[in-house]
Amino acid sequence: MVQLTLPKNSRVEKGRHHAAPAGSGKTKTFKVYRYDPEGTENPRWDTYDVDVDNCGPMVLDVLIHIKNTIDPTLAFRRSCREGVCGSCAMNIGGRNTLACTHGHDEVPGADCTIAPLPSMPVVKDLVPDLTMFYAQYASIEPWLHTTTPEPQKEWIQSPQDREKLDGLYECILCACCTTSCPSYWWNGDKYLGPATLLHAYRWLIDSRDEATGERLDALEDPFKLYRCHTIMNCAQVCPKGLNPAKAIAEIKKTLAERVV
Amino acid sequence: MTETTPGPRARPLSPHLEIWRFHATMVGSILHRITGVGLYFGALILAGWALSLAAGPDAYQAFMELLGSPLGKLVMFGLTLSVFYHLAKGVQHLLWDAGTGFQLPIANMGAIACYAFAIAASLAVWAIAWMTGAL
Repeated sequence: MVQLTLPKNSRVEKGRHHAAPAGSGKTKTFKVYRYDPEGTENPRWDTYDVDVDNCGPMVLDVLIHIKNTIDPTLAFRRSCREGVCGSCAMNIGGRNTLACTHGHDEVPGADCTIAPLPSMPVVKDLVPDLTMFYAQYASIEPWLHTTTPEPQKEWIQSPQDREKLDGLYECILCACCTTSCPSYWWNGDKYLGPATLLHAYRWLIDSRDEATGERLDALEDPFKLYRCHTIMNCAQVCPKGLNPAKAIAEIKKTLAERVV
Repeated sequence: MTETTPGPRARPLSPHLEIWRFHATMVGSILHRITGVGLYFGALILAGWALSLAAGPDAYQAFMELLGSPLGKLVMFGLTLSVFYHLAKGVQHLLWDAGTGFQLPIANMGAIACYAFAIAASLAVWAIAWMTGAL
């Protein structure tokens, strides 16, 4: 259901301002979404004046700087700090991306807004609950399905067939694309979303997989697949430069070709 | 004495529309929907026009005066924009359904081309209408 405004308990209120300590160099203001699950208040926007001269260039550097020197209560996920784990996916300057690979100077405007991935239940501050996202991913059974007896060695694939997986296997499941999608915002309980569908396509075109028909049957549903209206936000935000919209179009094409 | 601890409170939903920095393709998609809804009302106006025609010269005269009023003209110009925008975006969707035009520069340019076509074609139609004295 289209719900343009947030529910009452989710409206973001004005929060606290944390000024930079005296003697700071050049400062930049970061507006950060805060939510304390143990309190009773609504989420709020806290602002932090950060001494960017004494801080790394990436948004993750800024968050770590805030946590270490200004406000230790700030919660966010991070791990690899090089764009391969997908933990620090969040909304930065109005677009979903990875905090570790996105420079704060890449965000247009003087200030920088940092929020959790959009339209997700918030556990705390910048930490969203991705349970549904992972359950949807699991629902497409993202592993090799075969009926022929297992070969003595590995399942063999030609270099040409292997090439078909390029642009798909690189997905790190950070959920930037899925939570960027307005269709997913309105129908996230029934629509699988771009990341899951990209993976569905990855298994559909894998030359070693032998369950193509069953996989297509499972996707042929007004909501699971066809809520994609080619809004293209997924491809616009993917931090790995992948194109889920194209993968979804290929699934739709395959389903159409199956009928014709 | 036992004290009951309150359960965890319902998690808030993170902000979406209000924080999003729109893309050309996203605006294009929203406009496709809005113009589509607009065309539904356009079809009603067309039906009203046909009804007034069937109802006789007086009713037709009144309907045409309504359409010719400044507000009527504004609505008709909006409908012209809607027709051309929906047409152009429909072509882009046709290409997308065929599996082409997904690279970001092409998709973005396509979205912008749809806006440009809708504005240019609408102005052209109204210029022709004005020059031929139909306005």
